Amino acid sequence: MRRYTVAVLVNNQFGVLNRVTSMFRRRQFNISALTVSETETKELSRITVVFDGEEVAKQQLINQLYKLPDVCSIKEFSEDNSVSCELLLIKMKNEPLYRDEIKGAADAFGALTVDYSKDYIMYRLTDTTRRIDDFINLMRDYTILEICRTGSVSLERGSTTIRQTINL
Amino acid sequence: MLLSGADIIVKTLIEQGADTVFGYPGGQILNVYDSLYKYRDEITHVLTAHEQGAAHAADGYARATGKVGVVISTSGPGATNLVTGIATAYLDSVPMVAICGNVPSMQIGTDSFQEIDITGITLPITKHNYFISHVSDLADTIREAFRLAKSGRPGPILVDVPKDVQIAKYEYEPKAPVEKAESYPAKDVRIEEAAEIINSAKCPFVYFGGGIITANAEEEVLALAEKIDAPVGCSLMGLSAVPTDHPRFLGMQGMHGHYASSMSMHNADVIISLGVRFNDRVTGNRTKFAVGAKIVHIDVDGSELNKTVNSVCGLRGDVKLTLQKLIPLLKESKKDEWMAKVDAFRKEEESYLDNRDGLTPRRAILTVNAHLGENTAVCTDVGQHQMWSAQSLNFKTPRRFLSSGGLGTMGFGLGAAIGAAFGTGERSVLITGDGSFGMNLNELATAVSYNVPVVVLIMNNSVLGMVRQWQTLFYDKHYSNTVLNRKTDFTAFAKAFGAEGESVSTPEELDSALKRAFGTDGPYIIDCRIDKDEFVLPMLPPGGCMEDIITKLEVN
Repeated sequence: MRRYTVAVLVNNQFGVLNRVTSMFRRRQFNISALTVSETETKELSRITVVFDGEEVAKQQLINQLYKLPDVCSIKEFSEDNSVSCELLLIKMKNEPLYRDEIKGAADAFGALTVDYSKDYIMYRLTDTTRRIDDFINLMRDYTILEICRTGSVSLERGSTTIRQTINL
Repeated sequence: MLLSGADIIVKTLIEQGADTVFGYPGGQILNVYDSLYKYRDEITHVLTAHEQGAAHAADGYARATGKVGVVISTSGPGATNLVTGIATAYLDSVPMVAICGNVPSMQIGTDSFQEIDITGITLPITKHNYFISHVSDLADTIREAFRLAKSGRPGPILVDVPKDVQIAKYEYEPKAPVEKAESYPAKDVRIEEAAEIINSAKCPFVYFGGGIITANAEEEVLALAEKIDAPVGCSLMGLSAVPTDHPRFLGMQGMHGHYASSMSMHNADVIISLGVRFNDRVTGNRTKFAVGAKIVHIDVDGSELNKTVNSVCGLRGDVKLTLQKLIPLLKESKKDEWMAKVDAFRKEEESYLDNRDGLTPRRAILTVNAHLGENTAVCTDVGQHQMWSAQSLNFKTPRRFLSSGGLGTMGFGLGAAIGAAFGTGERSVLITGDGSFGMNLNELATAVSYNVPVVVLIMNNSVLGMVRQWQTLFYDKHYSNTVLNRKTDFTAFAKAFGAEGESVSTPEELDSALKRAFGTDGPYIIDCRIDKDEFVLPMLPPGGCMEDIITKLEVN
């Protein structure tokens, strides 16, 4: 098992996300995270898929994506050639006994305090998926009220873009 | 010119060469049916008994002609009745366009009468589908649907049109029929790699499927086999691409394939697989499938490469264009030792042939062979009769064996045979079982209404034979719900529907019944009585390998 990150450029049309996820479900691909957003061009949307599996399954996933008429191009990212990050919002119970420890951990990870009251503290952290996992694990020692994270987004390093990838 | 959406649909169908379409009217497609009436001199609509029959007819039309089959239905139940037909076409890569009406846009999402999310339902069984929101998109979307349906690996496309879009008016300009998307051969480097592997082969085997028929690559397949001195076998979907009596052709592979074909593939050192997927019915136990062989796999759909078996060399590309580049790179050679081995398999196969007297399944099929014309399309349903047909029918030209291979749809045949007869303009034949025929026999009404010449041969054994065979072999002869013993009198049934029919129980009776059937203008039903314990042999048990092949059985 390995973790793969695949970026997919699709037509920005009603129902496209459904087509993509329906294919994943039908073929039982194990998707860890999926994000969708608009792009520099209003006709296109970008889907970032984080997939855990074997190399053969990953290749099959890419091949099956190519068959969807709404898919324009696909690019697989590695840690070396790309930058990935994810956004976390986490709501902690504000307990006087642990307040300093929580604050210390948040400072160490560079998490920003975005809301504060005597009952709770909300932090925002933008980092790699791994660092966010680490931060959440640390927070588990205290009382986590709620978590929301976006899933990873990725861009390739260098001036080349996914739109220059030729869809075969 | 300014036309209604419904007119635009029909005009675009005509413009795209759809001269015959199949369907069933209803509330939300009424406007299209009004346009079909208006343009009835330019387009023929065939009204079936049920939408499923219409879908299978469009499928059969497409398989027999290579053109895009068109089916039209209303919303709700009309649309859901198409589902099995669309899925059948999807699994067998048949180019088809389904047009469904839907409730007016304003009512979409409110669970109104006969509203169904048919684009959602058919998402996993169409190559692509469309919901039309604006009449301005209508003509171009239908054109795009035709292009997608026939390009690359063909498949069904569904277009869902709400009623208000059918009523709305828009400018329509006729355009030329769309071309298939351009096809390309595989990459040169891959072709060279494949040539090297094939040139080093001592025991090559050519294995092809339905992709050969789609790509019109029949000649190239034979040229390849000739040049490297290889035997040829195929999947169920490949049948009829190569003449059955071609000296290199060993027949179908797989669970009930020809012994010599399966054994040759099993003993090959290089398997050249062309436009075919390695379905579980072909490979049996995948870990024991052709262990010693290198697989060279050419397919237009890259996702088939390494999907179920690992190929040493996978080539994504049009199989005809790829073969045209590959063949010149191959060394011409004779492989006497290998071909002698193949001949030995053939001799062995002959010794297994069922030569019993009486109306055995094989004798029934051989009797049918004697009546088939050069161009007669033979359809089947699914089960024992399908395998007996696949094993023993004699094919001369491509696109003349129409069978539901991937989905295995019982009830496919009668609709398909009607569609094939419309497509070829000739008599078609349906070989079916009493179980399968029972599923969609309502379409006999269609065949009678349009006086379609269809010869229906029901291999009637009063049981669900294929399931019974499994129960005999693997379920301790617990014949759970497979004994039909219905009181249906198929001759009387034929008469009640306005057709002719008779019952036969000897080869001689069958032969003279076929003479009458082939001399009749409309549909003709032959109720052919066979024993309930006939087996389809050879049989590769599910999940088994070539060592487990069953060639002979002593029943009881």
